[in-house]
Amino acid sequence: MAAVEVNGLTVRYGDVTAVNDISFTAEAGHITAVLGPNGAGKTSTIEVCEGYRRAAAGSVRVLGLDPATQQRRLSERMGVMLQEGGVYPSARVLSTVRHYCTLYGKGADADALVQQVGLADRRTATWRRLSGGEKQRLSLALALAARPDVAFLDEPTSGVDVNGRDTIRELVRGLALDGCAVVLATHELDEAERLADRVVIFDGGQVIADGTLSELRRGHDEIRFRSSPTLDTVALATSIGMVASRVGHDEYVIDAPPHPRLMAQLTGWLADHGHPLTDLRAGAQRLEDVFRRLTADRPDPDDES
Amino acid sequence: MSRFRSQLRTELELVARNGEQLLLTLGIPVLLLVFFSLVDVLPTGTDDPVDFLAPGVLALAVMSTSMVSLGIGTGFERSYHVLKRLGATPLGRGRLIAAKIAAVAVVELVQFAILVPVAYALGWSPASTNWPAAIGAVLLGTLAFAGIGLAFAGRLRGELNLAALNGLYLVMLLLGGMVIPFGELPSALRAVAHALPSGALADVLRDTLGGNGTAVLTSWLVLAGWALVAPVVAAVVFRWD
Repeated sequence: MAAVEVNGLTVRYGDVTAVNDISFTAEAGHITAVLGPNGAGKTSTIEVCEGYRRAAAGSVRVLGLDPATQQRRLSERMGVMLQEGGVYPSARVLSTVRHYCTLYGKGADADALVQQVGLADRRTATWRRLSGGEKQRLSLALALAARPDVAFLDEPTSGVDVNGRDTIRELVRGLALDGCAVVLATHELDEAERLADRVVIFDGGQVIADGTLSELRRGHDEIRFRSSPTLDTVALATSIGMVASRVGHDEYVIDAPPHPRLMAQLTGWLADHGHPLTDLRAGAQRLEDVFRRLTADRPDPDDES
Repeated sequence: MSRFRSQLRTELELVARNGEQLLLTLGIPVLLLVFFSLVDVLPTGTDDPVDFLAPGVLALAVMSTSMVSLGIGTGFERSYHVLKRLGATPLGRGRLIAAKIAAVAVVELVQFAILVPVAYALGWSPASTNWPAAIGAVLLGTLAFAGIGLAFAGRLRGELNLAALNGLYLVMLLLGGMVIPFGELPSALRAVAHALPSGALADVLRDTLGGNGTAVLTSWLVLAGWALVAPVVAAVVFRWD
């Protein structure tokens, strides 16, 4: 049984349907990224899973419990990181973590948690004095205080600097290694690419893709390179036998697997014609490209009649 | 029990660290009591102004803590998603509310522990005192004011809630018979004043702590009515996030 099972979930706000008949699962010991642009329905879905919000239709089970009716039992095993806020502005770091350790009653060591999230030197600072990244790390510490079997992390690295991101990623990976089912909502594709075992892509309140990264990328290899902005793509295509498309000022893409012969033809043609090769990336598409392809393929709901 | 204690400790720490709340719950009541007891400018109708002021200021202290301080604090907690986050812990909403009420009770005990000796030091000499009845009135007043404060906090944005509760505090202070006798108000306002929980509590406390109430039975009924209705309204309109 999956740790999180969402079947046919629909969430409405008045007449507006925020989430429309979606289904997905998240497994214990895995990081499942729920991806999508702002307003795609990620937070609404997670709030139903956490027991904050009622579903208009469908069913949700988290650790075998119904969040709508068994939220109290679920809360004892669930770690939560809100998108923002969640802490008294005048509360101090260490006392807040201690308070949450007591609330969860799992024997988590507050001092160790503060150390773990890299806030040892800020233990007496109040929430309002923390930077955006420090606030996120404190929020993560509060989720870890639950020693959770399932963790819902909403935009955990939003506004966090590079070092802070590394710390958070390491802790999230550690959670999954300990057997926790981590559900990570983010609109940062790079974040999902670095962390996730499985990706669920939302758009317009619907799930438009669900699978592992390699499943989503399968069959979509490409060669992406940067060269002279005046490159003659027709002549290049004639020479290598593949269409080369300009996708930026000096950036080009060839939709093909990076076969050595093709790579040799491409670099040879560039050299023969005196063009530079300032960047070259070949192989599976980035998640960002997968996302663009999937969302571009979707019909505009306004066109449906 | 440890979860309740931890939440209560957090609530009290936050109150103790909040200078504005300390000014509101302790500073203003003590200042009003001392100033108007020593400077006899209010038409109190008593030989010694402190005999009129002491019960009124105790009522003001109850209102400050259970309506304004609790309401403003809870409103900001809602705006900052603190309530939402706590709602996802095993604390539970029941323990959260119980901890908030207990924190109000502790602050009121501290207020009374300071205000009553200050009043006696200023020469307060009530003709009769019925402390059990006074404590009953304080409990009813706390329920009534907490209900009003939480109804505002559970519905309005943080800043709007702050402005509304401060405005209401001022209206109830002026019309509530706390520092200005009902008899000094225009007759139209006097009826309104007696219908307010502030007026009812001040009148009942003035009767139980000095025997100087004006419409005591009506005031008890008004106070009980507010204590019953306001928490129910708060429970109905309150939004956690």
